[in-house]
Amino acid sequence: MLGKLDWSAIPFDQPIPLVAGAVVLVAILAVLIWVVVKGHLPYLWHEWITSVDHKRIGVMYILLASVMLLRGGSDAIMMRLQQAVAYQSQGYLPPEHYNQIFSAHGTIMIFFTAMPFVIGLMNLIVPLQLGVRDVAFPTLNSVGFWLTATGALLVNISLVVGEFARTGWLAFPPLSELSYSPGVGVDYYAWSLQISGVGTLVAGINLVTTVLKLRTKGMNYLRMPMFCWTTLASNLLIVAAFPILTATLAMLLLDRYLGFHFFTNEAGGNVMMFMNLIWAWGHPEVYILVLPAFGIFSEVVSTFSGKALFGYRSMVLATMAICVISFMVWLHHFFTMGAGPDVNAIFGIASMIIAIPTGVKIYNWLFTMYGGRIRFATPMLWAVGFMVTFIIGGLTGVLVAVPPADFMLHNSMFLVAHFHNVIIGGVLFGAFAGFEYWFPKAFGFRLDERWGKAAFWFTFLGFYVTFIPLYVAGMLGMTRRMQHYDVAAWRPWMFVAAAGMAVLSIGVICQIVQLVVSIRNREALRDRTGDPWDGRSLEWATSSPPPVFNFAFHPDVRGEDAYWDMKAAAQQQSLDHAAPEYHDIEMPRNSPTGFICAFFATIMGFALIWHIWWMVILGGIGAFATFVVFAWRDHDEYVIPAAEVAAIDRINLEERRSLVSMAGAL
Amino acid sequence: MSMTATAGRAHADPHHIGLVVEHPGPASKRIVTAYGFWVFLLSDIVMFSCFFAAYAVLSGQTAGGPSGSEIFEQRNVAIETVCLLLSSFTCGMASIAADVRNRFWFYLGMTVTCVLGLIFLTIEFREFADLVARGYGPSRSAFLTSFFSLVGCHGLHVSAGVLWLLTMMAQVFAKGFRADVLRRMMCFALFWHALDIVWVGVFSVVYLLGSAV
Repeated sequence: MLGKLDWSAIPFDQPIPLVAGAVVLVAILAVLIWVVVKGHLPYLWHEWITSVDHKRIGVMYILLASVMLLRGGSDAIMMRLQQAVAYQSQGYLPPEHYNQIFSAHGTIMIFFTAMPFVIGLMNLIVPLQLGVRDVAFPTLNSVGFWLTATGALLVNISLVVGEFARTGWLAFPPLSELSYSPGVGVDYYAWSLQISGVGTLVAGINLVTTVLKLRTKGMNYLRMPMFCWTTLASNLLIVAAFPILTATLAMLLLDRYLGFHFFTNEAGGNVMMFMNLIWAWGHPEVYILVLPAFGIFSEVVSTFSGKALFGYRSMVLATMAICVISFMVWLHHFFTMGAGPDVNAIFGIASMIIAIPTGVKIYNWLFTMYGGRIRFATPMLWAVGFMVTFIIGGLTGVLVAVPPADFMLHNSMFLVAHFHNVIIGGVLFGAFAGFEYWFPKAFGFRLDERWGKAAFWFTFLGFYVTFIPLYVAGMLGMTRRMQHYDVAAWRPWMFVAAAGMAVLSIGVICQIVQLVVSIRNREALRDRTGDPWDGRSLEWATSSPPPVFNFAFHPDVRGEDAYWDMKAAAQQQSLDHAAPEYHDIEMPRNSPTGFICAFFATIMGFALIWHIWWMVILGGIGAFATFVVFAWRDHDEYVIPAAEVAAIDRINLEERRSLVSMAGAL
Repeated sequence: MSMTATAGRAHADPHHIGLVVEHPGPASKRIVTAYGFWVFLLSDIVMFSCFFAAYAVLSGQTAGGPSGSEIFEQRNVAIETVCLLLSSFTCGMASIAADVRNRFWFYLGMTVTCVLGLIFLTIEFREFADLVARGYGPSRSAFLTSFFSLVGCHGLHVSAGVLWLLTMMAQVFAKGFRADVLRRMMCFALFWHALDIVWVGVFSVVYLLGSAV
């Protein structure tokens, strides 16, 4: 009846996951009860859960990412503590639990923190920067988000029902095959990634189509803000790379469920094929994450330097070059696995070549700052901190791209330090910069600068104290993923890293405090003009938060830095053109399709993991029915009358005029 | 305003390489939908290419089991191919009928497409069932694993296509040739033709090359 599921799935003998699970459960229940008692449920349902507004969906993506950042972060703290105490002892985490923790940490941080964070920011900002009213496929957008949430939910269910994979975040066979991982851990891993992978693919298709087909009048390709370009590149990579992940995991699942022989040791299966396939997705994946961050830094550096981006066209070229070359370097993840010197040399050189466009970008940012009137607001601090940190991470990357060096450093703590160096220093700093920079746009008030700066400095310093020791430990021969060790020389470095983790945690706490303080002081921090940073691109040309239709008129773009040009023109002409003629606006209607789809996907995923076949069929039928019902609807749009548009737009225009006249007076 | 226009233009084209053609604005719904679906099809083809790659890697790994030339039946594959190619034609006829809003030819085209698709699926299913009955199931060898997966993946796509086809007919029956129904019909036709292209790959790589060995 319930497949493999019985009471032994609940880890009663392991206090840590049980207590953690109980705390999370209580927290979720408390929030739910609070929502119901306070009567917020209808509001949540109508304004958020069923919303197809790209801004709302973007915010929900970022919320999901933030929650999962805390989950992945707790895993990190546990690992640092374990390695600090596990010198010639078992520490406090048994091996099978420790293995689950590092696997979950990697999976969560990449798929459910970094991905939702950058996809959320792209969703929130790109249509605004392009001067349009929505993304190409609003309902699919909602489906994509909710499927991502389903994946995250399944990973977290594994904490208390059953177990998570013990295979590392990429589940290499033959370890991940049924003979060596007979439990449900790998199934949790694979199904949550399959489901959220579909969500990511949907988001990718949506954003590619949005950038290529939905741009306002005059928004030629070479006038798009840098963030739109990096969004395009990143989502092209999603469309080209995520199907590879889907296919690879499907093969692994077929091996595990139906006795196929893709990656087994018997009957001619080929383990190296998994390596090649998974890294043909895995390497582009790191650029999927970091390219949007590059876009954010481009926007931030140019805004806070008060200058147009230096070398815009070279930046576009560098972005697209990275987009293409990122598909030609995957083999550097397994130089040691017998490809031979010729192949290794080619991939080593390709990996070094990809550092060139990245270098171009760094110089462009530096030259943008050069001679600018720089304001060191919080987003700018993250950007400068990124430049320093990312250069170090990039250089150690070039080091491990040299095959002979890689033979020494492969799978060592040096590698761990390297990829944290680029992912934290690149992606996470970028996500935080974007969060601080666009928060006022999303919510209509700025974030507290003092707490923001404190958060930056603690995170920045904490990062170095945590990860530089890992480089050293790697040089001293420490391999990754060690549950305990007997080498005395590594121990002090593990202590320092644990201390660094504490500093990093203070940074995270500062960020939470910043949010609380800012919400409390929101009246004082209110952004009335919609342009709190003296911005340059079109998202600042509408109010904060933007009306549901974003723009009363499709803006007419005449060059790069569209909004900057508009402001300059307005100052000369005092903006008092005749009252514009407003028109009715058609907007997509809210739809519960995404939520219901995810509901059935959750049921199906859980049933597949536990081999509850009747429930799988039920979930499948439910999902198909949802699609048919969705396809059957007659009215998918509603009309906002011109008078209402006019009323909303006039308020914003008044604020903006007073701003311009003030600037003129100065 | 004319001042900004010149200033903007100068900024966009600092070296005066050529006249900047102004982007006309957001595309129509029809174009956006079809374009997005094209992008999806490309991603689907990337997924197929992984299974093709797996087949190429594993096709020699028979582990003492049968090789392709021992199990492939040219006649069945030829019938399957003819069915699919014909169904692409009838699907095209149905699309034209939808464009000129002719219900009779639309239903006829779709019905024939559906029947041809079902014949294809039946032959494929019988081929699979026969192989499994002879002990040559997908867990027999890595070659059979990759064969079943690649051909089966295409078969699953065709099955989904048949479900979608029936939904489209029901939609036209209930809603008529509404703009959104026509957009979906266009996507369906793209999907069906794409499956045909993938089949040409399967036919060549699996059955033609495999029989020669």
